[in-house]
Amino acid sequence: MTKQVKQLDRVIIRFAGDSGDGMQLTGDRFTQETATFGNDLSTLPNFPAEIRAPAGTLPGVSSFQVHFADHDILTPGDSPDVLVAMNPAALKANLGDIKPGASVIVDSHDFTTRNLNRAGYAENPLETDALDEYAVHAFDLTDMTVEAVKEFGLSRKDAGRAKNMFALGLLSWMYGRPTEPTITFLERRFAKAPDIRDANVTAFKAGWNFGETTEAFVVQYEIKPAPMESGTYRNITGNLALAYGLVAGSTQSGLPLFLGSYPITPASDILHELSKHKRFGVTTFQAEDEIAGVGAALGAAFGGALGVTTTSGPGIALKSETIGLGVMMELPLLVVDVQRGGPSTGLPTKTEQADLLQAMFGRNGEAPIPIVAPRSPADCFDAAVEATRIAVTYRTPVMLLSDGYLANGSEPWRIPETDDLPMIDPQFATEPNHTGAKGQEEFWPYLRDEDTLARPWAVPGTPGLEHRIGGLEKGDGHGNISYDPANHDLMVRTRQAKVERIADTIPPLEVDDPSGEADVLVLGWGSTYGPIGAAVRQVRKTGLHVAQAHLRHLNPFPKDLGDVLKRYDAVMVPEMNLGQLSMLLRARYLVDVVGYNHVRGLPLRAAELADAITDLVEATTSTGDPLGDADTAEKEAAR
Amino acid sequence: MTTESLPFPGLRDVPAADAPQNRKEFTSDQEVRWCPGCGDYAVLAAVQGFLPDLGLKRENIVFVSGIGCSSRFPYYLDTYGMHSIHGRAPAIATGLATSRSDLSVWVVTGDGDALSIGGNHLIHALRRNVNMTILLFNNRIYGLTKGQYSPTSELGKVTKSTPMGSLDNPFNPVSLALGAEGTFVARTIDSDRRHLTSVLSAAAAHRGTALVEIYQNCPIFNDGAFDAIKDNDTKADAIIPLVHGEPVRFGTEGSKGVVRDPATGTLRVVDVAGPDNPDGEPAENLLVHDAHAEDPTTAFALSRLTDAGYLNQAPIGIFRQVDHPTYDDLAREQIQTAAAGETDTRQALAGLLNSGDTWTVV
Repeated sequence: MTKQVKQLDRVIIRFAGDSGDGMQLTGDRFTQETATFGNDLSTLPNFPAEIRAPAGTLPGVSSFQVHFADHDILTPGDSPDVLVAMNPAALKANLGDIKPGASVIVDSHDFTTRNLNRAGYAENPLETDALDEYAVHAFDLTDMTVEAVKEFGLSRKDAGRAKNMFALGLLSWMYGRPTEPTITFLERRFAKAPDIRDANVTAFKAGWNFGETTEAFVVQYEIKPAPMESGTYRNITGNLALAYGLVAGSTQSGLPLFLGSYPITPASDILHELSKHKRFGVTTFQAEDEIAGVGAALGAAFGGALGVTTTSGPGIALKSETIGLGVMMELPLLVVDVQRGGPSTGLPTKTEQADLLQAMFGRNGEAPIPIVAPRSPADCFDAAVEATRIAVTYRTPVMLLSDGYLANGSEPWRIPETDDLPMIDPQFATEPNHTGAKGQEEFWPYLRDEDTLARPWAVPGTPGLEHRIGGLEKGDGHGNISYDPANHDLMVRTRQAKVERIADTIPPLEVDDPSGEADVLVLGWGSTYGPIGAAVRQVRKTGLHVAQAHLRHLNPFPKDLGDVLKRYDAVMVPEMNLGQLSMLLRARYLVDVVGYNHVRGLPLRAAELADAITDLVEATTSTGDPLGDADTAEKEAAR
Repeated sequence: MTTESLPFPGLRDVPAADAPQNRKEFTSDQEVRWCPGCGDYAVLAAVQGFLPDLGLKRENIVFVSGIGCSSRFPYYLDTYGMHSIHGRAPAIATGLATSRSDLSVWVVTGDGDALSIGGNHLIHALRRNVNMTILLFNNRIYGLTKGQYSPTSELGKVTKSTPMGSLDNPFNPVSLALGAEGTFVARTIDSDRRHLTSVLSAAAAHRGTALVEIYQNCPIFNDGAFDAIKDNDTKADAIIPLVHGEPVRFGTEGSKGVVRDPATGTLRVVDVAGPDNPDGEPAENLLVHDAHAEDPTTAFALSRLTDAGYLNQAPIGIFRQVDHPTYDDLAREQIQTAAAGETDTRQALAGLLNSGDTWTVV
């Protein structure tokens, strides 16, 4: 039959099923097809911490959301246009997120009394009016898959497992996705199991053909490729981009990369990835615990390697003392924190930004460290290179704050030319740098560079520069143990000043204020970049003016941040925490920023944020004072 | 002695010094700040005296320590050094030794540092067999925090934190190390310079993790803990000397020895037959020490002949010395294998970044 083709500018699809249904793979393959096709895209995998929660239950539901468009987009989207639900639990767990009128494609096979009960349905929603406000397409995808692959002689259970590929085929047809990448992928992945390979490829094709022939779907959709800057692209997750950034930091500095790490969600993929790249001289050491991971990295840094440790919030808590040692010894060290919901074990597979203050202050004593945060999955690459630059140049531990959304989310990445990457010069010390009282040449490990305040990095094996460093306070210059009160005061201030000097090399804050008439600035950091950008666009579409800026450097801040903040009548700071950046800005600049805070373990919703921005813009424009009359009255009374 | 003249696999990749060195070159300009009479002085003197004999480039030697009295050690040696944080020295040294095969890496630690707060790192270093030498100064007390009991203090130890006596069983560091299948495990005494030096020499020669427990007297908080094995009147009966290939025999005029109990398989001390004791155990039945035995069981049984309470009896010497692959050698081998034929890193990086499904926008 001839199908109608309808143009769309963007679509949000969510694949949802049981943890064992292969929804992450399905979403990932759809994403790759979409990337190859040339749409802009953004993804949000969402899965439980349990490897296999009891089948058919709500806690066992795993989902993958992909947003793709014919234009530049910033987020995986708030509300799916299409929900693919492989069982009752997946339907129930996700129905609340979709709007009336959305399409719901259901595998009716698992809608048995037993599974309905498990999901908490008293009645089968496919047989009642419960789904009347959605466009429901219910098919027995499992039976159709089993039928399609029966020639390969698999057990019914094994045959049924290919249902995710059937669903992928169907959705690929609906949105005109290229099929070759997935077929090639399946042929490669199951090369050693020909019957499984053939079953999956056949199920995928059968899904496509079903879409084309069934009368249930009369429309096929077309989303044109998005215009993108010329270049070579690939789709990339944050963890992969971060791992590549670390390898690039190693090659650009000429320092062999040494990763000391202990497995922890959602950071482990960086360990896995780096362990594949030994040909770059990368050593990956899976330590006995978080402390040993960072300890080994610091030991390697003393020996002249690029020492890296990767973890999540609970691991940072354990590493704190060693990071403090790195601050005292002034050695380069990269500490990657892929933040997750906390406190304690919290929400291991969900995202949050609540480690900012831990990164800033989570050590004993005055122990400042630079903090760098990527703003999107692909940006993790540049952020890792920048963190390397700071660590090596300033001889300091650097905290790189990613998060669970960035780690697993993906987007197209314009692959940089390696010639365009910055060179990082470790400038190892090779000569004595001081003349002693008796005229003898000496090496003083704490004699600083005047510009950067960095101390010399002399690695073992360098003759004549033998020296001892450690956690005890060091005397200025000579670096011997010193308990002198004035020296300690000087050294504490110097370590702080050294971190502040980094601001000399940070570009001014980019403020996006197209009309130049905005009274309100929305300032964010980290992975809220996408939702903030999308929300700001929505607000501007309504004719309101609003400015946006995003921080890559959380410590030190860009030098002009204070001036930027004071240019606006109101500043909103959206964060996935209870106001940690807000607290830093208030303390530092005495600016009464307005927080917008959610800690739901998910990215901020752009539409909700847009409403909050609109309210603030309207309040600010009408009164010039976002806090309203009461506050004005108070101010007057105070006078 | 030089690296050339001695079979020192442990120092295989460490460059040799161009000229003979002396003790003074290894002595830093820092004033030593241990209490008068501390056993640490004797160990420092032995190490400063012994390092020049290794014939290594001084700049390729690194001492890493944790926290505690003994952990000040690196400050007094004019080599590279790191005085790190409590218990973590083996982890830090693991990173250093793995990334730099050309360094001779030493860890200086104490009974609290290595066995309490750092117990995890110690057993994992031993398990991995990273090429480094760990000097564990055991004074059976906490010195730097002023006299609390340690994980090697005898049960019932009365200290500031245990006025009615300690309640927890002590570790036997040698048993612990053998339990972790350490490939070189030895014990020596601070006051016996000759024995100390010979054990350090063998430890440095060993490729893999060498653990040397050094009985060390704390004259302030645990004075006399090792008197029985130091006193000329008692030490013959207190020290069980372990010498590879020799029967395990000790006591005045060799009156005592160690045999295996055929019923239980464990070891026990017996009186050896002699002119004054015709009913004693015939000398030919004594256990012959085999430090190179692959199975650590007998070495462990020997370690159990150490008194857990006040030290009236302890085997001294090298319990175990076997050759196993080391973690750091294997890690470097993997990198060499993976990097074989890799010449242009920049090009390889471009290849990596462009791997996977890519598309081009013109």
